[in-house]
Amino acid sequence: MKLRLVCLSALLAAVLGATLPAAAKDTVRIAFIGPLTGGVSANGIGGRNSADLAVRVRNAEPGTQYEYELVVLDDECKPNIGVQVATKAAADRKIVAGVTHYCSAVAMGTVDVYHKFGMPVIVWGAVLPDVTYAHDYDEVHRVNGTMINQNDVAAKFMAGLKYRKWVVIHDTTDYGKGHNKYFSEDLAQQGGTILGTFGVTADQQDFNAELTKIKELKPEVIYFGGLTPIGVRIRSQMEKLGIKAVFQGTSGIVSDAYIEGLGPLAEGTLAFREGAPAEKLPGGKAFLEQYDKQKYPDPPEAYGAFAYAAANLIIDAIEKVGPDRKKVMRELNATRDHQSIVGPVTFDDHGQNTVPLITKFVVQDGKWIVWEDSDYAKGKRKLPR
Amino acid sequence: MDLGLAGQFVLNGLMLGVIYAMVAVGFTLFFGVLDVIKFSHGDVVMAGAFVALATFIGLQVLGVESLLFIVIAVSVAALAAMAVLGALIARLLVLPLRNSPPLNTLLVTLMLGLALREAVRLFYPNGSNPKPFPALLPTEAFTFGSFTLRADSLILLLAGIAAIVLVHVLINRTRMGLAIRAVAQDPETARVMGVNFERVVMVTFALGSALAALAGVTNGLYYNEVNFGMGLLLGVIGFSAAVVGGLGNIYGAILGGFLFAGLQTLGAVWFSVPAYKDVFAFAAVILLMAWKPTGLIAEKSAERV
Repeated sequence: MKLRLVCLSALLAAVLGATLPAAAKDTVRIAFIGPLTGGVSANGIGGRNSADLAVRVRNAEPGTQYEYELVVLDDECKPNIGVQVATKAAADRKIVAGVTHYCSAVAMGTVDVYHKFGMPVIVWGAVLPDVTYAHDYDEVHRVNGTMINQNDVAAKFMAGLKYRKWVVIHDTTDYGKGHNKYFSEDLAQQGGTILGTFGVTADQQDFNAELTKIKELKPEVIYFGGLTPIGVRIRSQMEKLGIKAVFQGTSGIVSDAYIEGLGPLAEGTLAFREGAPAEKLPGGKAFLEQYDKQKYPDPPEAYGAFAYAAANLIIDAIEKVGPDRKKVMRELNATRDHQSIVGPVTFDDHGQNTVPLITKFVVQDGKWIVWEDSDYAKGKRKLPR
Repeated sequence: MDLGLAGQFVLNGLMLGVIYAMVAVGFTLFFGVLDVIKFSHGDVVMAGAFVALATFIGLQVLGVESLLFIVIAVSVAALAAMAVLGALIARLLVLPLRNSPPLNTLLVTLMLGLALREAVRLFYPNGSNPKPFPALLPTEAFTFGSFTLRADSLILLLAGIAAIVLVHVLINRTRMGLAIRAVAQDPETARVMGVNFERVVMVTFALGSALAALAGVTNGLYYNEVNFGMGLLLGVIGFSAAVVGGLGNIYGAILGGFLFAGLQTLGAVWFSVPAYKDVFAFAAVILLMAWKPTGLIAEKSAERV
């Protein structure tokens, strides 16, 4: 798959190159790394398409100084594979910078690699705060917000809906544990009670024993810190045991795959995500139009716009200072109020974009709807109590 | 803990136990007739589930609407396909290696399992993603306090038990079963008495693999989700269950399956971090093995199957 993609993009670049005027531009390579196979591959493929779109759009513009080529690598959402492909990309001096990682556990594992090889990267999906805040590496940036902002908004919002009793299920990866930590802290400030916390493995199949215990605790809300595959399993097994609590997820389940995996059962699931849906973003409409024009077989998914913005930031930097890793890194570090489709981007001294924008979502009729636009907010439908 | 809650845990454990027992019985059948360990068994479970899923999608394209017909067609397709696969494995991989060291059979079937898993991942459309498995059984629920029993769970539980009983009857009450038992007991003498040895082995593998397919379909209908890697852990658990119960003994495999499910459920009840439940269950299996190396119900030479 990975090889085919690389070949395909190489072929594509060749075809594009052949059709362009003879004025030969230097080719500059940018890496895209995300989960293209495995449980969360829908998000990875959406991100890859979006980064690819940014490259295609730029290459079609007449004024660019370089011809860009996207090198696509699959991290499978596994830290060990992620380190391998990150090393492969970083060791290749022809690759100037990277749009990297959707999974927090992978992003955490690879920051050292990018630092060692001095390759500037922009994380496009991972939300664990440590990805940018646990080190002083100048190479690592991130366009999307972190789970700190996300859980802060989530706790305040849920307390505002007058829920008081929670049970937390989280997977035992860095991602799940981080969500558990921040949500529990934020919820305590809001006066909510956590009746029980359950750490589960990320590939667990059967949750009946855990859910039976949870049912006895009679929570109003089940908070789930984890990704789509086990989110789908937990939600569907909740139903089999007759648990009527609200299912509150994190950015990890805001994907079409969650709804596809559950069908009507997804109705009423809440989740929170950094940024806003593509069509509500400042440059979102144009992004979606261009995306449709390229006829990608898969949707951009929740984080596509961030991958697009990250690729654009890198291309802008390269256009300005040339294809040199150090210069590009310094240029990226100096990013202030850079206009992008996800709003103005400003990197703080850890390379973290300071977007406070968090959107609340609820599943309504098989779609993730922004809370404010939903029938639930208008009182036409009610969440279980 | 009140009665309803305890009942719920017991039901959860029973469901898991039936699935594990179906897988374990396969392991024990193969070991009984040929003294081989077939490590591709878990992946046959997975392949069975995917055949069922593909059949379902095919029926939908054809516009079939009767749920009862779909359930039967899907199960029959999965069982038949895996029975054929099982017989082929016996004919092409296991029988030719009969006189070589047992390690070879073990390795060959381990490789076959890997090949099956990767084949589904690569060639099933979008095979590396988890696939939603349709809910084909009635979903009415019966609630009593904190105890909830859904009709689909009950049907799956009964079907699983019925399948295991059927296999038992097949082996103890039919001519074919007599032949299987004869081969298990003494292949050479069975041959001299006119039993078609190769056919008996192929039938046994077909039988075990069909049971694995049923476990796969049950798994899909119960969790409403299947993925290419699901056979891996199921295979390991099924094998452990068969060994703990006593390899070669059907009752042992059934006992082992339910025992393992019980241990997992207990682990989940006792530990505040449920991720420890597998550690607990496998550790308990190690202790049991140290205590009874031949399994809880040891294989008797006079009644091997």
